[in-house]
Amino acid sequence: MTDTIAENTELAERDANEKYHGLTYAEIDKLGAELDELRLRVIADLGEPDAEYLRKVVKAQRSFEIAGRALFYLPPAWPLAVASLSVSKILDNMEIGHNVMHGQYDWMGDPAFNSRQFDWDTMAPAENWKYGHNYMHHTYTNIVGKDRDVGYGILRMDEDQKWNPYYLGNPLWAFLLMTFFEWGVALHDLETEEVFAGRRKMFGGENAPVWRRIRKKMGKQVLKDYVLFPALTGPFFLSTLAGNFTANIVRNIWTFNIIFCGHFPAGVATFTEEETENESRGQWYLRQMLGSANITGSKLMHVMSGNLSHQIEHHLFPDIPARRYPEMAVEVQEICERYGLPYNKGPLHTQLFSVFRKIVRLSFPGGTSKAAPVRGPQAVTDDSLAA
Amino acid sequence: MSALISEPAALPTRAVGARIASPLGPLLRSRLVGALASPHGIDRYLERFNPMWAAHDVRARIVSVHRETDGDAPVATLTLQPTSTWRGHQAGQHVLVGVEIPGVAKRYTRAFSISSAASGKGERFTLTIRAHDEGQVSSYLVREAQAGQVLHLSQAQGEFTLVESPATPTISRLVFITGGSGITPAMSMIRTLLRDGYQRNGVAHAGRKVTFLHFARSAEDQIFADELAEIAAADNGIDVHLRYGDQVFSEFELRRLVADYKDTDTWLCGPPGLVELVKAAYDESPRLRMEFFKPSVARAARPGEEIEGDIAFTRSGKTIAASGASILEQAEEAGLTPEFGCRMGICFSCTRTKTAGTVRNILTGEESAVPDEEVRICVTAAAGDCHIDL
Repeated sequence: MTDTIAENTELAERDANEKYHGLTYAEIDKLGAELDELRLRVIADLGEPDAEYLRKVVKAQRSFEIAGRALFYLPPAWPLAVASLSVSKILDNMEIGHNVMHGQYDWMGDPAFNSRQFDWDTMAPAENWKYGHNYMHHTYTNIVGKDRDVGYGILRMDEDQKWNPYYLGNPLWAFLLMTFFEWGVALHDLETEEVFAGRRKMFGGENAPVWRRIRKKMGKQVLKDYVLFPALTGPFFLSTLAGNFTANIVRNIWTFNIIFCGHFPAGVATFTEEETENESRGQWYLRQMLGSANITGSKLMHVMSGNLSHQIEHHLFPDIPARRYPEMAVEVQEICERYGLPYNKGPLHTQLFSVFRKIVRLSFPGGTSKAAPVRGPQAVTDDSLAA
Repeated sequence: MSALISEPAALPTRAVGARIASPLGPLLRSRLVGALASPHGIDRYLERFNPMWAAHDVRARIVSVHRETDGDAPVATLTLQPTSTWRGHQAGQHVLVGVEIPGVAKRYTRAFSISSAASGKGERFTLTIRAHDEGQVSSYLVREAQAGQVLHLSQAQGEFTLVESPATPTISRLVFITGGSGITPAMSMIRTLLRDGYQRNGVAHAGRKVTFLHFARSAEDQIFADELAEIAAADNGIDVHLRYGDQVFSEFELRRLVADYKDTDTWLCGPPGLVELVKAAYDESPRLRMEFFKPSVARAARPGEEIEGDIAFTRSGKTIAASGASILEQAEEAGLTPEFGCRMGICFSCTRTKTAGTVRNILTGEESAVPDEEVRICVTAAAGDCHIDL
């Protein structure tokens, strides 16, 4: 009873001038409508070129993979084999796997590119990952305490995460996570922080099916990369094994770096559970924009990052084929300018350095990483906003 | 001799690709290759080189397209060379055909009856398809498909096959009653009987008495007309009775043709009206086997019209009146607990199959009546009657 009254008073007090992350609620609704309009426009335009692009990338990935596996028979070509296999794994995980498993290509009706059927060449089983990523991370992006990708339950990546001496190892933990990223991503779905808090069993209870899937997938990946393919090359067993291991590590390092540049550079905002309760579609869009950062670079760099270099657009439109993000970015950036919203972007080295600084700084108590200010659309006349 | 009659004889030739692939098949399907190609599967690599190479998937190349009838709803027979993975079919079975329709880049899958005689592993077979106005796939296959194109297939499926009652001696009489396109599976059975029967004076004989009663809209609309005329004329044990236009099925006529029809193995395939009449005449006789045409359950609400219809949850057997709310909300209202995640259309946790009917995407307003379509039920509402796999 009291709660209802309090809520009503709160709503009544939400007057025209009240602001949420620098915008009035009316402005946020308008922002949401503009982004919805952009979304519908691109969805209506999906077709042959998108399908053709995906098939082309898949064909390239399969070619790199076959070439990589075959070149291990030719010992002097070892570096080439590793490079080829690394490229194959990166394409498989990023531009193909991540995006297909988001349902970006479900509309094609091709079972080979269906989000319910696809699995990728990495340790994390598709079903576990889709729950933790598509649902938890993409719905509750950057809500500290709800989005398990804020620090992955291992690192302190936000000043609102309470410090304890364990975090002195922040840089070391980050380095280890980077090197063995595919193992980390797979184990992430066991929600170990819940296990340590005593709220669930590591391998039993609700974790039992999750763990069973992880074991099965890890078994298959290990068998393939560290037993069967090395054995097939006979006398070159060890060099093939080392090559496969190296390719997996190269992919780990690359994907870790791209992903950490998506939400952790300086200026990216985080949110509290309270402020995001009952949020509107516009507020959700706003949170995705303020909570993500882009990497600028060449076309090759966008392809190799699965277009996650357009993390802002990916978080606004996670189910739209990623190849559309570059063209959407032009409009999103223009919208940000009009609303006086920060649009966090920078070249890879700048974003990486920013992330690195945060990892080191937050290994100590306190922290200063503040979100970039929202100027709001004051600078713009009401007329142009209404247009 | 018409081209159609001579066609079955030419069918069991295998393509070179199929012959090369067969000794490799067991190796490609081995656990070792499965482990090496994990998680994508060996077919995802084979298709990179040739769409007709497959270890598990079934695909087929269109060998030829033969137009049977013209008019508003033309009919064509497609001769298909399947991959070596095709396990063959029994007369009367159908196959799911997946087609990527150019321009929209979407694959649509529909079931079609096989019209040629029973096939063996990797052997050619034919589909005889009528182009329906509302059927994108049938229309495309009849009007636009070209020899050389590759289609995606399932294995042959369906229980409506040429299997007789255990008590029936193999020489006893058979009856086929068909209407419209329902002639296709019966044609496969007749062709099988003639092929597998015996030769008498150089003419194929079914080896038993067969009564074939078929109802069609008009003589011009009659598919397999030439072949049916030849079958009717030849001394082959098969009696053909064609009925056009207003002539409807009557028990009296059937009794005149086959006095003990209730104790005779009978195959029935046709539109709902014909099926009802024949079913009544057979009075629950176990000798009657039938196959329906899927009646179209979809009745879409027109734009602006009030939603009227039911959502049927086919797994749980529950039904609820469509209200315009999301199917997820309506399922929960009906007491079901489907899996869900974000409830805003981004995470795909709640994806289910809409087996039939029309739905509207709440975010885009787009309506769709495609059967067996995957929908995110949190952002999809019924736009008329629909069936959801829940």
